[in-house]
This record gives sequence, structure tokens and C-alpha cells, in this order.
Amino acid sequence: MTRALIGSRRGTIVGALLFLGGLVLPFVVYPVLAIDIAAYAIFAVAFDLLLGFAGLLSFGHALFWGGAGYVVTILMAKAHVPLVAAAAVAVAYAAVCALLVGGIAIRTAGIYFAMITLALAQLQYFFAYQLSDWTGGENGLQVSGRGSLFGIDLNNDRLFYYLVLAIATLAVLLVIRVVRSPFGFALEAARDNEQRAISLGYHVNRFKLATFVFSGTLAGLAGVLFAAGNRLASLDGVDWHTSGKIVMMSILGGMGTIFGPIVGATIFETLEYFVSKTLVGNKTNLIMGTLFAIVILVARRGIVGEILARARPRSS
Amino acid sequence: MIFGLLRVVNFAHGAMFMLGAFVAYYGATLVHLPFFAALVVAPVLVGLFGALIEIVFLRRLYGIDPLYNLLFTFALVLILEDGLRLVAGALGSPYSIPDALAGAIDIGFGPFPTYRLFVIVTAALVSVAVWLILERTPIGARIRAATEAPVLVRALGIDTQRLVTIVFGCGVALAALAGVLAAPNQNVEPAMGDKVIINTFAIVVIGGLGSIGGSILTGFALGLLQTVGAVFYPQINDTLIFIVMVVVLLVRPNGLFGSPMRR
Repeated sequence: MTRALIGSRRGTIVGALLFLGGLVLPFVVYPVLAIDIAAYAIFAVAFDLLLGFAGLLSFGHALFWGGAGYVVTILMAKAHVPLVAAAAVAVAYAAVCALLVGGIAIRTAGIYFAMITLALAQLQYFFAYQLSDWTGGENGLQVSGRGSLFGIDLNNDRLFYYLVLAIATLAVLLVIRVVRSPFGFALEAARDNEQRAISLGYHVNRFKLATFVFSGTLAGLAGVLFAAGNRLASLDGVDWHTSGKIVMMSILGGMGTIFGPIVGATIFETLEYFVSKTLVGNKTNLIMGTLFAIVILVARRGIVGEILARARPRSS
Repeated sequence: MIFGLLRVVNFAHGAMFMLGAFVAYYGATLVHLPFFAALVVAPVLVGLFGALIEIVFLRRLYGIDPLYNLLFTFALVLILEDGLRLVAGALGSPYSIPDALAGAIDIGFGPFPTYRLFVIVTAALVSVAVWLILERTPIGARIRAATEAPVLVRALGIDTQRLVTIVFGCGVALAALAGVLAAPNQNVEPAMGDKVIINTFAIVVIGGLGSIGGSILTGFALGLLQTVGAVFYPQINDTLIFIVMVVVLLVRPNGLFGSPMRR
């Protein structure tokens, strides 16, 4: 099922449509929201790689997203490091964290994996909360500007969005490349039947760890873009609700479909934005939680997954 | 506890804890429900609510990957928390310690808040009671059997589905009881369950997955550790439990009392 879209002609068309959608997005919604959507799309794809292809549900991905966001903002605000250098350090931070967390958690699977990643992410949350001299505590930490790159002023939100979109496109292509590589197939084999993959000589845990680190690093990159886009890193980013949010986005869109999580992130962010602007104020979780509960109960394959299943019922 | 018996992870446990505290709070403000009555009323109400949720929603999710269960209860947390925020506002409300338990008593080496002592004793009594019920009564035997071999138990003519509902309801009721007990120590607020549930997860991971005795023991040990930690070095208190968890996992991947088990 998961292979039905990626690599097929239909997949190429969907990907192209999404990219076109991405091009016009900042003219439809206001640019910072567009940046949020693109950053969350990277995050969701990184997450989907782990959940959909390695079969590991991390409930602590905010660790990488929010942690890298803090690193980049702290470097920029406190040490006046330029964005690109700060981003590189932040992404490296996410990679190291992913290696550490993965090293501890990868020996377990299923619910235990989720609980351990959640608890470890919470460890970072409390550090961020305590070290308020660095992180700004509950107020968060602001950056005055994004600086410039190759003489282009990044403080223009729309221009910065196109930079994020370019990175997002590259990230998605990279993930698709990984999924279609022998590595990706071995990963799925391990997910579907771990014992058999082990007996075939695959070092399953090493595969999983590599995927976890890759996913965490990409999540860190996404978090950097999000923080730079909003010029803010806050406790929200490292909070476990963010970890839950990315799970919701991926499943809402359709896990294991790569494009699904992008759709999920777009719908989720847009909906959240408009809900927060309208009837119930900051009670968005009420709406999003209800929506997600319904998806879990009646449409577990997610939006893209359900469309695929309906469009081609033979393939399974 | 629900986790050990049913292999169901309930994210909403923290929310149930919070609901318990809120029932006590509204009970006190609206109908002057005394604290000791709230200790009974809140668990019953919230327990029934939990059983209802189990029957209506969770039952549909048993056949598939347990992760969906986790995710559904996560959605439930979001709904309940925001729902209560809508009703009660985001800020907490204080709930005072009942007069009978206010003040401090001398426990040998220094004064100790009476209320804390009451909480500790109650928690110990409830834990022992739960353990006794599970180990020594016919219904406990059935519950244990139903978790070990559900198909066999069903074949013997026992309604496992109903057992599951009962256990779930009881687990939720216990969470609500904990919420009532905690209410006087902290603000009653919609987010109060968050910290609790994550701590609970860490406790379950440390104690060993699926080991009830392990969870209870670890819970008490860590509670003690945190109380001691709060006296000596308050800053690290919140992270202490996670540091312990990391260390334990590095040494014993299955937790202190867990049996090697892969799922």
C-alpha cells in the first residue's frame, strides 16, 4: 500500500501539484503562515519516514524540532551568529540528540518506544524551562532579524518562504530517494517482519537507528526554519503537544505516503490558524482533537491513504 | 495499571486525574461537597465516564495496532483539556486543605504536613487494596487470567469484554482519586494532568512494563526521591525522574522489574 504512490506516475503528478501549490501558497495565505506550513511539512515528512517506513512511533519528536529551534535562536540572538552558521550548528545538535535518544530507545518498539521518546523529550523540555536565562523561559526567545544570504535580505517573509520551500522540496526528494533505495526496502522488510529480516542478515537495529537519526535531523532542520520564520523559539516547540501534533498531521494525511503528511500539515496548520482566528479563540485543540479522534475511528489511512484505497481497490 | 492489565496505554489518564480534581472543586464550590465525600464521589463519576468512553470508542480499536489506542486517548486529552478550559478558564483555582488535615504533626525527626501524611497513607492503603483484590479475590483471578489468555477465558464463559470495561473504569477511578488527593496541594487547572501522565509513563518504564508491583514500588520510591530532592535541590526535581529513567534503561532495557518482552 505504501508503495502505491511513491515512484508511480500518479505520484509524480501529485508531487508536482503539491509543489505548484507551494509556489502560490504565500499569495493565498499570509507569508508567515506559509512558512509555518512548509516547515511543518518537512517535519511531517521526516516523521513519516520513521512511522510509515520504520514502523516506529516517536512521541518525542518535538525534542529535535524545538531543540534545534532554540539553538538557532540562542546563537543568533545572544552571539549574533549569522543564520546559516547558526542553522548548521542547530541541525548538528538535532542529529546528536537523535543519536543519543535513538541509542536508548531503539531497542524497544511500539508503545514502549513512544513512551521512552516522550519521556526523553520531556527531559529537554524541563531543561529549556529551567534555563530561562538562555531560553527566555515562558516568554520564549526572540530574534530581531534573519540577516541576509548572498546579498538577499531574508527579512522579507515572502522571499524567506521561497527559501524554505526550496529546502522543503529538496528534503522531500531526499526522503523519497531514501525510501526507494535498497535501504528503504530493507527498512520496510524489518518493519513487516523483524525476525525474518534479522535472519536474512540485516542489522535491523542499525537500520532503525540510522532512520531515527535521519528523521531527527530533518525534524531539526524543519524546527530551525520554523524558528527563523517566526523569529521566535518558545516552550511550545519543545512541549509534548508538539510531538503529538506532528503525529496527528502525519496520520491525518496518511502515514507511509510521504505526500500525505504534507497534505496533513497543510490542512492542520491552515485549519488551526482559521479556527484560532474565529469562533473559539485559543481552544483549537478542542477542534483538532475531535477531528483527529474521528480520523482514528473511521479513516485510519488518512486523507491520501483513503483516496488511494478508494481509487485503486485492487492494490493492497 | 491499566497498561499492565490490558495492554492499553491511556494518555487520557492524566486528563482523568484532572477531571477528578475538578469534580472535587466544583463539588465544593457548587454544592459544598466535603472533601471526604469528594474522595468517593469523584472517582465514581469519573470512573463511570471512563467506562462509557471505553464502551463507546476504545472497544472499536482493540483488534488493531495498539498505537491507535494511544493516539485516540491523546486526542481525548486535547478535547478534555480544552473543553475544561472553555468551562473553567485556563487559570487554576485553589482548593483548600480540609480543616481536619491542616497543620503539621511531629513524626519523630521533625514536623511533617498532616495532609501529606494522609495522602501517603491513603495511597499505600489503596495500593495494597488493589494488589489484594487482584491476587486474592475471584474477580482478581479472572482479571489476571483474562490478560494472560483472553481466548481461553472467553471459552470458559467469562465475559472478558465486560471485565475490560470494569478494569478500565476502575483504573480511571483510581486516577480520579489521585486527582482529588492532589487537588489541595496544587492549583486545580486543566493542564494539571500533563505532568502527571508523563511522570507516570516514566514510572511505568522504570518499573518495568507490565509489572504492576514494579510500578507501585517505583512510584513510591520516586515520590520519596522527589520529596527528598525538593528539599535539597529543587531545580533538578522535575528532571530527576527522567534522569533516573535514562540510567535504568541503559542498565536494564526492560526496566527494573520487567521481564524481557518484545512487542
